[in-house]
Amino acid sequence: MFSHDRVERNLVLLTVLVLITVAIGGLVEIVPLYTIEATIERVRGVRPYSPLELMGRNIYIREGCYVCHSQMVRPFRDEVERYGHYSLAAESMYDHPFQWGSKRTGPDLARVGGKYSNDWHAAHMIDPRAVVPESIMPAYRFLAERPLGYFDAAAHLEANRAVGVPYSEEMIERALADVEAQLAAEPDAAFLARYPGAATGDLDGDPTAITELDAIIAYLQVLGRMVDFSSVTPEDLRQ
Amino acid sequence: MSAATMPETAVYNERVVRQFTIATMVWGVAAFAAGLVIALQLAFPALNLGLPWTTFGRLRPLHTSAAIFAFGGNALLATSLFVVQRTCRARLFGGDWLAGFLFWGYQIFIVLAATGYLMGITQGREYAEPEWYTDLWLTAVWVVYLVVFGGTILKRREPHIYVANWFYLAFIVTVALLHIVNNLAVPVSLGGVKSYSLFAGVQDALTQWWYGHNAVGFFLTAGFLGIMYYFVPKRANRPIYSYRLSIVHFWSLIFLYIWAGPHHLHYTALPDWAQTLGMVFSVMLWMPSWGGMINGLMTLSGAWDKLRTDPVLRFLVAAVGFYGMSTFEGPMMSIKPVNALSHYTDWTIGHVHSGALGWVAFISFGAVYHLVPVLWRQRELYSLRLVSTHFWIATVGIVLYIVAMWVSGIMQGLMWRTYDELGFLQYSFVETVDAMHPFYVVRALGGLLFVIGALIMVFNLVRTIQGRTRAEPEFRAAVAAGAD
Repeated sequence: MFSHDRVERNLVLLTVLVLITVAIGGLVEIVPLYTIEATIERVRGVRPYSPLELMGRNIYIREGCYVCHSQMVRPFRDEVERYGHYSLAAESMYDHPFQWGSKRTGPDLARVGGKYSNDWHAAHMIDPRAVVPESIMPAYRFLAERPLGYFDAAAHLEANRAVGVPYSEEMIERALADVEAQLAAEPDAAFLARYPGAATGDLDGDPTAITELDAIIAYLQVLGRMVDFSSVTPEDLRQ
Repeated sequence: MSAATMPETAVYNERVVRQFTIATMVWGVAAFAAGLVIALQLAFPALNLGLPWTTFGRLRPLHTSAAIFAFGGNALLATSLFVVQRTCRARLFGGDWLAGFLFWGYQIFIVLAATGYLMGITQGREYAEPEWYTDLWLTAVWVVYLVVFGGTILKRREPHIYVANWFYLAFIVTVALLHIVNNLAVPVSLGGVKSYSLFAGVQDALTQWWYGHNAVGFFLTAGFLGIMYYFVPKRANRPIYSYRLSIVHFWSLIFLYIWAGPHHLHYTALPDWAQTLGMVFSVMLWMPSWGGMINGLMTLSGAWDKLRTDPVLRFLVAAVGFYGMSTFEGPMMSIKPVNALSHYTDWTIGHVHSGALGWVAFISFGAVYHLVPVLWRQRELYSLRLVSTHFWIATVGIVLYIVAMWVSGIMQGLMWRTYDELGFLQYSFVETVDAMHPFYVVRALGGLLFVIGALIMVFNLVRTIQGRTRAEPEFRAAVAAGAD
């Protein structure tokens, strides 16, 4: 006959039983997300971030944008009308880490790409209340003043490849040049072939310097733009 | 403290408990003050100052980590190392050097994490923001914690492991598991601070909220239940209400909590089956939570009058009451249609604070008020009247806070989904932001009261440590009478 008394007298037994008890729930919930293929929807167009977009994403993380902005449109009528098609798991399949967020002090950004002009974003980041008087967002003028540190862009792509993002050899080799190619006045066809749909040209209104503002606008402008929903069928979205 | 145990105290390592207790007070005030600053920033955005290291985005993780890991963590370390020695009748395992390493190692972790946030060094995972090198350091410190705590239990001079220690042990072991798995990452370079999470997208989201929810479940709940199981009976001078309920409480709580993470991801791209599992287990979690609350509250059977006379016990018991309230609210918010309204709004923030301020902070205050005279060999606290003042100021602060967040959260959730008679969305997003302003002011006022209360506590405890007492015959007499 089992008695709890035995557990209370034996530290090792207690510890092992605790470990087993707490392991079950996590295993049952997390492991199938890797083994059930339908978890990620079958849609086309999701690609790795361009080096500049990735740098912008890192600034987004650095500044803690995720504490006020979600990137996850829920399948409700009001959200779909306000933000666009509900978010898919496939759309963040290369996001290390995910940035779905948990709070909307500001609006959802999952589909902000293409919604506003580059100029609007630049003005808004420098002084949000100049564009939206009721906004409570901090001003990020310093992004416009700080040169983007991108000398190690290739190393960032390589680290992403190590965790499963399909960056090709060519992408890694050209990482540094691709930062500049994305911001060049003339669109670079080879760059756009690697990163279709990327926002190109000078983004922050200052063509003389590559700034952190350039990078974060490049990131914001690609959000939610990779999947072409016109060719998606309901069957593709079944999880 | 009964006289019979006094000779034993010489064999305990109380130095490290005193260190952790001081750290609890210091970091507590810092965490609450940081919370007040960011609350004011939401009401008055100019307070972001336009500097990188003073923006809300960087200060918010500073506040949450300071509250959870610096204030809460030091309170857990202080109380667990105190309780494990007393209930095992054994000095800390590993000698004073290892205990000293544990204290300074943990403070270094806090400083590494906090300075990192200000510089923008973050993994971008809520409550797991520290980067890979800080995570590795914490892992080393945590292993030492397990060795010191477990080693002390192994050399105990009592046949049984006391129930509070089960909860502390589950907290230590599970937090280790959560921390290691959730922080698996590949650094860009060994000389740099940046890393990329091993997981992506939907798998990363569930791993993170498996961690995040159980930071609540094991750090902020199981660990603090360890405090409840020692300090409530100690202060009330009554045995735990039900031994059997303790066993059921313990195993059901730790089994169910782990499953609840997906309720942070309702209606997201996480598959429905996982959301449903998370919801069902969250609702079930209500039962062990209230079982534990009943076990704590009913321990006062026959001693309810002490609640009127002993403000320290009042902190402990009000904490258990807040625990009951927020563990009812949590399962309710995890029900999907409720979550559809509450998610992404301030309601969640209010819920967190009814738990963090009402439960975690109040039970810590009660434990620290009890501990300081014991640890510094003083007969009594400097002032019980000030404890009572602290209690009421802090309680009013919490009520202002959570009511403001209920109103603003539910209001914003409803505004987002309101349609006009022509079938268009009634409000633009920024109109809902504008409507939050008065509630953000009230919330900041609640936070200000909470900070003032904490400063009163620090003053009271410093005076106590100095060996001073305030003449308060009416209070002392009432407590003395209650202690009989």
